[in-house]
Amino acid sequence: MDYIHATLLIPLLSAIVMAFMPNLRLSSWLNVTVSSANFVVSALLMLKVMEHGAFKNNWFQIDEFNVYLVVLTTFVAMTTSIFSRPYMEHVCHMGWTNKKGMRLYHSMYQLFQFTMLAALTTNNLGVLWISVEGATLATVLLVSLYRTPEAIEAAWKYFMLCGTGIAMALFGTVLLYFAAQHIPGFDAEQGLTWSVLFESSKQMHPVIISIAFVFLLVGYGTKVGLVPLHNWLPDAHSEGPTPMSAVLSGLLLNVALYAVIRMKMIVDNALVSSNHPHLAGYMLMSFGLLSFVVAAFFLHRQRDIKRMFSYSSIEHMGLMTFAFGIGGPLATFAGLFHMLVHSLTKSAIFVTVGHATHISGTQNIEKIRGLIRTQPSVGWPLLLGVAAIAGFPPFGIFTSEFLLLIATMKSWPWLAPILLIGLAIAFAGLFRFLHPMVYGEVPDGQQAVKANMWPVILHLILVLWLGLYIPDTLANWLNEATRFISGTSVL
Amino acid sequence: MDYLSTLPLSGQLINLLAALVLLTSFMLLVQLRLVSVIHTFAWQGALVAAVTVIVAWSGHHGHLYLSALITFVIKAMFIPWLLHYHVNSLGLRRYVSAHPPVTGLMIASMLVVFSYYIILPIELIGDVGESRNIIAITLSVVLIGLLGMIIRHHAIGQVVSFMSIENGLFFAAVATTKGMPLVVELGIAFDVLVAAVLFGVFFFDIHGRVGSMDVDDMTRLSETRD
Amino acid sequence: MIAAIASSDILLDSVSGSDLLNPFAWLMAILQAFLFVLLSPLLSGWIHKCKAFLQNRRGAPVLQPYRDLRKLFGKEAIVAETTSIIFRIAPYIVFSSTLLAVAVIPLVATMLPTAAIADIIVLIGFLALGRFFLVLAGLDAGTAFGGMGSSRETMISSMAEPAALMAIFILAMTVHTTNLAAAIELSLQNGFVIRPSFLFALIALLMVAVAETGRIPIDNPSTHLELTMIHEAMLLEYSGRHLALMEWSASLKLMLYGVLISNIFFPWGIATELTVPAILMALLAIILKLFVLAMILALSETVLAKMRVFRAPQYLNLAFFLALLGMISHLVLEVHV
Repeated sequence: MDYIHATLLIPLLSAIVMAFMPNLRLSSWLNVTVSSANFVVSALLMLKVMEHGAFKNNWFQIDEFNVYLVVLTTFVAMTTSIFSRPYMEHVCHMGWTNKKGMRLYHSMYQLFQFTMLAALTTNNLGVLWISVEGATLATVLLVSLYRTPEAIEAAWKYFMLCGTGIAMALFGTVLLYFAAQHIPGFDAEQGLTWSVLFESSKQMHPVIISIAFVFLLVGYGTKVGLVPLHNWLPDAHSEGPTPMSAVLSGLLLNVALYAVIRMKMIVDNALVSSNHPHLAGYMLMSFGLLSFVVAAFFLHRQRDIKRMFSYSSIEHMGLMTFAFGIGGPLATFAGLFHMLVHSLTKSAIFVTVGHATHISGTQNIEKIRGLIRTQPSVGWPLLLGVAAIAGFPPFGIFTSEFLLLIATMKSWPWLAPILLIGLAIAFAGLFRFLHPMVYGEVPDGQQAVKANMWPVILHLILVLWLGLYIPDTLANWLNEATRFISGTSVL
Repeated sequence: MDYLSTLPLSGQLINLLAALVLLTSFMLLVQLRLVSVIHTFAWQGALVAAVTVIVAWSGHHGHLYLSALITFVIKAMFIPWLLHYHVNSLGLRRYVSAHPPVTGLMIASMLVVFSYYIILPIELIGDVGESRNIIAITLSVVLIGLLGMIIRHHAIGQVVSFMSIENGLFFAAVATTKGMPLVVELGIAFDVLVAAVLFGVFFFDIHGRVGSMDVDDMTRLSETRD
Repeated sequence: MIAAIASSDILLDSVSGSDLLNPFAWLMAILQAFLFVLLSPLLSGWIHKCKAFLQNRRGAPVLQPYRDLRKLFGKEAIVAETTSIIFRIAPYIVFSSTLLAVAVIPLVATMLPTAAIADIIVLIGFLALGRFFLVLAGLDAGTAFGGMGSSRETMISSMAEPAALMAIFILAMTVHTTNLAAAIELSLQNGFVIRPSFLFALIALLMVAVAETGRIPIDNPSTHLELTMIHEAMLLEYSGRHLALMEWSASLKLMLYGVLISNIFFPWGIATELTVPAILMALLAIILKLFVLAMILALSETVLAKMRVFRAPQYLNLAFFLALLGMISHLVLEVHV
């Protein structure tokens, strides 16, 4: 599978090249080119997997589950890089950062993409941990790119909380390795190989596995942004440059959730005949539901537009975590589909919000007014994007939330009202702020900016299309992934 | 004959070092002077490296010598040196923390009991026994590191606590599982190294832009700000 | 664990039962206590000599404490008019309680009839009795310094005792007995085992011993600097044979702690059977151990400075904390549940 190596090497090499590239114009174009090329490579990888099926060796594994996330990652990275070129030009023009900062930005953007892809494709839990920690390291300097006290504070919080959280995940990984040592025929080199652990997890010690899962969930859950470990997320999203917020929300959270699910698969398998076979599921459900509800309420208190949408991200990550916690085929399908549509929608929203903040010169919601009149090409996508993220039909998020509700009613009927109420609260929270922002009176001095809205439109059309009709290929694909995760297929 | 005397000498030594690492962990919690905190941290790193050498020697794990060397160089020499450098250049040599050490000590003791309680249900299958108790110690080192991050207000003090968590994790990996695969260990060491350098960047930024190294003064970001 | 308790019971029986009627054993026990009393001034003299050497002085001869004692016994004991009978009987009570304490400690052999009462808690009780009368005597004269010394002594001992007990409980939990002789025999049976808890207990006990015997950094036995003294402040009013007894019991106490620490933590060499070569061997061993321990003490007293009295609680808290940590590591690392 040379495509795997290619898809990892392209961002890694370009990160190194861009770190030393003095010409900013060139490197911003290179950023776009490389990201697009990587998308093509990952699409080829997907085609190959569709043709030949899953692939694994000691270091990499590509199956139905992660290949779709790989494609999603490269796709969002590509569209965000397209958006980031004029956006960062504007940032540089405004003097918020300098040439050195821009070089760092481009290099770290690619490095971040590399760590994400490495985390997704690796078959080794140790490498997974290193990649997720590497993602923190790559993005932490980008959060503080503008060097304002707020940005530094946000980056510090991000660094400390995620660093600590991820340390817990390492402890969990060590415990998993410890448990693996008592599998008959243990091979030290394969003790952290996911596929080996997954196959032989029934022989692992259930108590150690349960303890390990608590640490793994806390660790990777910090990165997912699960309440009460979410404090870094709104700060990091609101203070970093907007393309960073887009990829953090659209990619990093997904990858962290991916790690949690991989762990859950091992744990579920290991605990199947123990006293608490659903331990992992229950924990995911409670963390997910808590995050969902708390974030929905917090949406109402926001004054910063990027903070508001980062709480919306927490809410949706909570929803997905809850879905994977329920764990049946339908809920898993809904969770996977939600990962896809949320990623597309949220990165589109952040891109739009980036332009909106440039139009009004502030991130303060009360000062962003009348976007549709000032610049319809920004105002309408924002309106549509928020409608999509709030779960309006016919967008794709409606589909996944609807599926999740059905799954909840089937297995946990008394939780369905909580979900509905939470969705309503979140909906109200988003729209009470959105309405004046897109329609209200235009304040003086607000003027249109140069914006490349094609990525946003592409994302929104995709989400709309997925809401109206899921293509057979994709449906089969998600179905395979669902079968892989939950054991039974939904279709 | 009691349990401990059935262990080989290496096992006894590891036990001893585990207790000493726990001691340094407690010391990191109560020490008030920033400089002595960094010294203790260096000792902790050296102890962890010593454990690695013992495990490598007793189990003939060749690659562990390399990780022992890396650990010693990074945790006992480079990071303490870097921290001393920052302390000097930020003029903090005489800084004395104002956190309550006795409260921390009491909570830390409870954390040790708690971690033991957590680990206790692991039944003794095979040779789990000797390493199970070590897990309890390393878990408490991790939790005490977390506690240190909570009760310390100084950015450098927090970072030292954070790094001591990493020490606890490495100890766990070495003493209970004879080390992770080499690639993973190298990756972790690299991550720690990069994190240490990045922390340095942040110290200067916080000092320069925020104006205070006390993390309690970082209150600009809140839900209701303009 | 049950087996260990059972075996320690059997051991206790063998210690207390078989040798009770053995006249040679009784003789040995008396001889041992006598030896203890006889050797203790020598230990003090040796420490003085070592300190002098480390401070580049020639120092008094090693036998100087004996000469001091002889001189004091030869002098008239002057008693203040304001004092009560307690002042006069206190030296005898202090000396005899310390004597009783040293009599039960296994110095050279464990198989002695006194081993049956060689319980650590009994030992602490004897020492507490002595201290109680020492404190009373300090108060009795009604002078400012005496009262000050007594109050400080009480403060220190009230903080040192929990630390000492905690350290001793670690020992007791490891060997499943508080009987010193049985404990020593059990650790001899186990051979050399590195116990983290013992390391902490050893450091804690050393710190407590330094505090309890009034050495640097808690108290300085060689000065009479008014504001800092503790032990000497209580003895200010004593003279003649009273003072001699008090000084002698102080050096007895020092040696008691030395023997306790060296025989518990490094029991090798002590006689477990009553034969002449074994006992001679044991005598040699204990002298060697005390010799080394005294040098360590002298070194630490030379290196360290006396701390302010108000820092003493911190010091003793540290000792207690170390003992606590020892207890934790015993429970977590050394017990197989």
